[in-house]
Amino acid sequence: MGLENLQRDGFITTKLNEVYAWARKNSLWPMPMGISCCAIEMMATASPRFDIARFGSEVMRFTPRQDDVLLVAGTVNYKMAKVVRKIYDQMPEPKWVISMGACASSGGMFRSYSVVQGIDQFVPVDVFVAGCPPRPENLLYGLLELQKKIEREQTGGGTSRNEQVTIPESAS
Amino acid sequence: MNQAIVDRVKALVPDGVLSSEEFRGDLTIRVGVNSLVRVCETLKSDPALAFAMVIDITAVDRYTPEERFEVVYNLYSLEHKRYVRVKVRIDEQDPVVPTVTGVWAGANWHERETFDMFGIRFAGHPDLRRLYMPEEFEYYPLRKDFPLMGIPDSLPLPRR
Repeated sequence: MGLENLQRDGFITTKLNEVYAWARKNSLWPMPMGISCCAIEMMATASPRFDIARFGSEVMRFTPRQDDVLLVAGTVNYKMAKVVRKIYDQMPEPKWVISMGACASSGGMFRSYSVVQGIDQFVPVDVFVAGCPPRPENLLYGLLELQKKIEREQTGGGTSRNEQVTIPESAS
Repeated sequence: MNQAIVDRVKALVPDGVLSSEEFRGDLTIRVGVNSLVRVCETLKSDPALAFAMVIDITAVDRYTPEERFEVVYNLYSLEHKRYVRVKVRIDEQDPVVPTVTGVWAGANWHERETFDMFGIRFAGHPDLRRLYMPEEFEYYPLRKDFPLMGIPDSLPLPRR
């Protein structure tokens, strides 16, 4: 954004889109969709040791109407898919989705009739975080990748849905 | 000790027990469909038996031409600290077993689960709906002829 010029010149020139993106990416409020063991790592990520507050995402709100990121942490079966989708639909735009862990991303070890083999079948996913469950560092890395992605967005609202980021398990 | 249980049931319900076996100390009693409820009532109410608790009710798909399904009742006596397993076999064509919710109220959801997974109907059950799967689901997932990954499009997903 060219903030380094602020002290020298007393003003900056930038684009409104970039100001939007800068504000959005630094206060992503997650919807903690903790539906199995990944939720434990998600909670650990919010704990003082890993401290997701460093990246502006400590405000986990249990109402979708106040959230920016749907953080799907766990196994989604076909019955639950409707619930996840409903919560996604209730979130205001612009909104993003992090698919945390093997189960949410691909069904994981549950190769079975009852488990959805990847939540990208019914919600648009921005970042896939690998791991079973992913370590908190990996989730934080996924969050940072999402922030980078929001920074790249050119439109005033919403996500360019043609881009998906995958965080490999060895990333952190 | 297990033989005493069998003898006691046989004495109280003369035609009730088809056979019994013991494996590693666990007693299994096989009963007929018609005497199932009488045997269960006896197992619960007789003071010498006192199997007051239903641990689990489930079923086995034996995948045989006759007597394909076997409903299994795992019972526990809190008083005598003993287990017993009751089994009843039924045919595929008309898989109906009388409910034991009248004996143990806790059997309600176990029987619903068994109905959901195997399609075995429990005659006289107060609320025989599916427990896990959506109510409009048409198949029985734990039957041997149900494919592991399910029937395509049988479980609708929300539109993306």
